[in-house]
Amino acid sequence: MKSVKQQRLISRLTLSSIAFLFIFTLNLSAQGDAANGKKLFNMHCAACHKLDKDLVGPKLGGITDIRTTEWLSAWIKDNASFQEIDADAKEAANFSAASMTAFAFLSDQEIDDILEYTIPVEVVEVAGSAAAPVVVQEQDNTLLYMLTAIVIVLVLMVFNLYRTMTVIKDGVESKSIADSLNGVWKAFKGNKFLHFLLVIFFLLNSAYFGFGWLMQVGLDEGYQPIQPIAFSHAIHAGDNKIDCEYCHTSAKHSKTSGIPSANVCMNCHMNISEVAESTATEEHSKEFYDGEIQKIYDAVGWDKDKLQYIEGYEKQPIEWVRIHNLPDFAYYNHSQHVTVAGLECQKCHGPVEEMEEVYQYSPLTMEWCIECHRETEIDMTENGYYKKIHEQLANKYGVEKVTEAQMGGMECGKCHY
Amino acid sequence: MKKVINTIILLALVIVASSCDKSKRAPNLQYFPNMYEPVSYETYGDNPNYAVGMEERLPVDGTIARGAEFPFEYENSEEGYQLAKAELKSPLDIFTIDDERGEDLYVIYCASCHGDKGDGQGELPKREKFLGIPDYKDRDITEGSIYHTIMYGKNMMGSHSSQLTEEERWQVVAYVQELRNN
Repeated sequence: MKSVKQQRLISRLTLSSIAFLFIFTLNLSAQGDAANGKKLFNMHCAACHKLDKDLVGPKLGGITDIRTTEWLSAWIKDNASFQEIDADAKEAANFSAASMTAFAFLSDQEIDDILEYTIPVEVVEVAGSAAAPVVVQEQDNTLLYMLTAIVIVLVLMVFNLYRTMTVIKDGVESKSIADSLNGVWKAFKGNKFLHFLLVIFFLLNSAYFGFGWLMQVGLDEGYQPIQPIAFSHAIHAGDNKIDCEYCHTSAKHSKTSGIPSANVCMNCHMNISEVAESTATEEHSKEFYDGEIQKIYDAVGWDKDKLQYIEGYEKQPIEWVRIHNLPDFAYYNHSQHVTVAGLECQKCHGPVEEMEEVYQYSPLTMEWCIECHRETEIDMTENGYYKKIHEQLANKYGVEKVTEAQMGGMECGKCHY
Repeated sequence: MKKVINTIILLALVIVASSCDKSKRAPNLQYFPNMYEPVSYETYGDNPNYAVGMEERLPVDGTIARGAEFPFEYENSEEGYQLAKAELKSPLDIFTIDDERGEDLYVIYCASCHGDKGDGQGELPKREKFLGIPDYKDRDITEGSIYHTIMYGKNMMGSHSSQLTEEERWQVVAYVQELRNN
């Protein structure tokens, strides 16, 4: 009887503990949804706060251990008026000269979600589960190696068999090859016409290569100098889809397309001092890219830990190496092509958004310029200002569309003066 | 005769070998380089006459370059921001606001972070490269405060004054206001 009682006690205990656990977990989930919190945090807070380090505002990882939820909620909703009634809040405001925006539109639930997201999560070791697929892969590989080895051995065997069979059939074969070669050489030695042909062949060949070599003097197609910073257009313009003109601002107004000054780099890299793990490629590691970002900071004197410019720092220019360079006797203007003609940058510069390291895509010869001017048709529909002259031109050439060349794009003086 | 042939062969080999140099790290040979190289100092070029050998110069303190815009009168501070927010007005009116150009400029200079619709869902926040971009509609901003922010930046946003001219900035401001109202 005693044992039955004990059993009952045990079952009751387990039941109640399960119930307790259930209620407890329910409670936890009611506190906040970390996934939604992450979304909200990234949208509203991450401009000034990070979880793991101070930014404009203090770091927020584990903030709930320092302040109560009620205190944080009051601060988030309207920190200015909260500072007037709470001494701690007034002190907290001294963290930075910038004042925090009031987030009165966030609901209590949303604030709970955000705070849930700031609670540090212990990284669970996944070594065991990660090791398993690696072993499987290794097995796969050994099987592959074995198969290749078998195939190679088989091929060797077949080859060997074939060789032995031919030797049995013809006996001394290698000697006859040398003999026949000798015969050809003797015949060639005696034939004057063949000598003459050979000389002609060599002359033509050297003329071909010599002329080819002379024609590429002064051309730099494919020129790919080593730049002071390994800036990757593939990451910036390709992956992150930043517009060319964001950095090359003066292309729309000026002759030159503009090498961005370091302050343009800093527009983003004030915040981004290291690349994500996923940015690293086989060629370049994360440390490599982080080092390249550091080079901007060294040039402008930015302290990435304190997030401010170092006072009195002697700034150094970043000496980019010019790739596209027309000879001085040819005039070229970016704004005419980018703003007036509305050409894509890629038309001349190639797929820069795929280039890890930029190279000169086009030959930049006069032939290449002229060819494009001959083919390109002027958009005459959307420019009211030139309506009359466009009509006159169309009449003059008896065509409906006018090419750039017909507009005067082939006059010498347009580019050479 | 044999010597001639030998020299020809040697020459051909040398030319072939030298034309196969595919390392493009150095610029190519130039024919008559004095027709290629400029006599004057070029934009972004070296200039040994100036400090750190750089051609680019800032205007002398207290001067304004001919044709350049006048300095912005509001300070880069919280007070300057509040003042601009309260009183700074756009010089553009309904005749000079160019929606199309405003949109083009917005897409180039702002949309990477702020998103095409101004909701803070640009390519960079989507890829978690640059976080904390607000929705314009959530923020209490005026055309003056938007202009101030473009001029000096705000929080982790940098100044975009060097990338846009004064008139372009106001076009962008007009477009941001349009995004807010829609």
